[in-house]
Amino acid sequence: MIVAEQKPIKDIVAMIPEASSLLVVGCDTCVTVCMAGGIKEVNALTSVLRMARKDIARIEGTSVERQCDREFLEELEESVQAADAVLSMACGAGVQMLSDYFEGKIVLPALNTLFMGSNEEAGYWMERCLGCGDCVLDLTGGICPRTRCSKGLMNGPCGGSEGGKCEVDPENLECGWNLIYNRLKALNRLDSMMEIRPPQNWSTSHDGGPRRLIREDVKL
Amino acid sequence: MSNVTAESTTAAGSQTAVRVTAESRLARLLDQGHFVVTAELGPPRSVDPSVLDTKIEYLKGVADAVNITDNQTAIVRISSIGTATYLMSRGMEPIVQMTCRDRNRLAIQADLLGASLNGVKNLLCLTGDHQSFGNHPEAKQVYDIDSLQLIYMVRQMRDNGIFQCGEEIRNSKKANVLPPRFFIGGAANPFAEPLEWRVFRLEKKINAGIDFVQTQCIYDMDVFSRWMEMVVKRGLHKRVKILAGVTPIRSLGMLRYMKESVAGVTVPDSLLGRIADAEVAREEGLKFCAEQIRQFQKMEGIAGVHIMAIEWEKAVRGIVEAAGLLPRPD
Repeated sequence: MIVAEQKPIKDIVAMIPEASSLLVVGCDTCVTVCMAGGIKEVNALTSVLRMARKDIARIEGTSVERQCDREFLEELEESVQAADAVLSMACGAGVQMLSDYFEGKIVLPALNTLFMGSNEEAGYWMERCLGCGDCVLDLTGGICPRTRCSKGLMNGPCGGSEGGKCEVDPENLECGWNLIYNRLKALNRLDSMMEIRPPQNWSTSHDGGPRRLIREDVKL
Repeated sequence: MSNVTAESTTAAGSQTAVRVTAESRLARLLDQGHFVVTAELGPPRSVDPSVLDTKIEYLKGVADAVNITDNQTAIVRISSIGTATYLMSRGMEPIVQMTCRDRNRLAIQADLLGASLNGVKNLLCLTGDHQSFGNHPEAKQVYDIDSLQLIYMVRQMRDNGIFQCGEEIRNSKKANVLPPRFFIGGAANPFAEPLEWRVFRLEKKINAGIDFVQTQCIYDMDVFSRWMEMVVKRGLHKRVKILAGVTPIRSLGMLRYMKESVAGVTVPDSLLGRIADAEVAREEGLKFCAEQIRQFQKMEGIAGVHIMAIEWEKAVRGIVEAAGLLPRPD
């Protein structure tokens, strides 16, 4: 899922312009699961803003199934048009879709979008995928070196691996390549560590405007 | 003969054969069987040349070639190639260190052409310290390629006359292929984990194209000896020139710091005890360093020593002298 966290309240309060009504819009998908922008968080933030921005006469909250999907934005038509500004509690994709859909409305982000990742345990999320567009998980025992190694190395651990930890944060961060090594060893596939992986083709990554996917087979 | 002094031609299909002969003095001394001495020089943090001049004086006639670090510990300093050029104008042979942290493949290859144009013969290919350790922790890291890919790329440039993209290194279809010609080095850390992988990582770097290797600084001679035994058992010492790394101990505090805070450095308790019990820690440290080098000279497979006296280049001459390695050969 996409993992996000709420911006500091003072930043949110400061970014909202003068207005007589504000609509806070949550998203029921990823950011609900990571407890950053679901209806629960919308209600909490709405209460805080009513205290912090008493100059705004009306502050309402709602949420939609998926803010990054046009079909779920139609239902917001009336409430958005009634507001001077909209505060989105979705990820960056949701904020942008809302802004596109309601052109001419001020749409503001309440979250910082962090990464694609997993929920490891209560209150702990970790990045798992960079979205580089060139997956190598078949070669690395299902552990991504580009994401899990602090330097994104492709040919094994650097000299900063000690006790299974990465020197960048030896208290909390596991050495990605140590994990890969142990996994490949368990799978009896250590031989693949000796293959020299060529430089990555970064053209499939974020390196030339927004990446697009067009599939003729599902076009209408 | 190392691969470097051997002559080879460019990739098949090329019209113009080019002799790839690195004129590295370091390569020549190693080929001649000398136990070589290299030393590390950290460039200064301003354009005041006096610090550099002083360091050069300390190392002149002491080290056969001098490693110039590349923004080591991710702190901005005079560039490795800029410092190396200055060193050559003072009659010394540099080993340019090149990391993957700050440059993509375009910048690296361009800098290597520039280094070669200015006369640089030796290159040490490194991953580079993470930017979070330095004085610009908010900088964006590059790591377009890693150290293995860098080694392979430099080897392809030298031996096959091609850039990473596959194009030939020449100015026109009729012009000669003229690639940069480096004696190619890499680093090895016998103490980092997984320990059992470390010999294979060296082998992988050899397969990628290194001619020489300099190790992480050694304090634990037992672990190092075991690593060397594995290296010799796999015959790797016959495929690469191995220079054992040392960092002279300046104080007990410094040694404790190395033990506790530097990942990939192992310090045995017996050595801590020896330095703690010494009347003057720094003198005992220098004595230990010279002892290590005398041991390396007797160990199978070790072709030289690499002295990393961090911001203490002044100490190098005394160490080399105490190890019986002065004067240096021409």
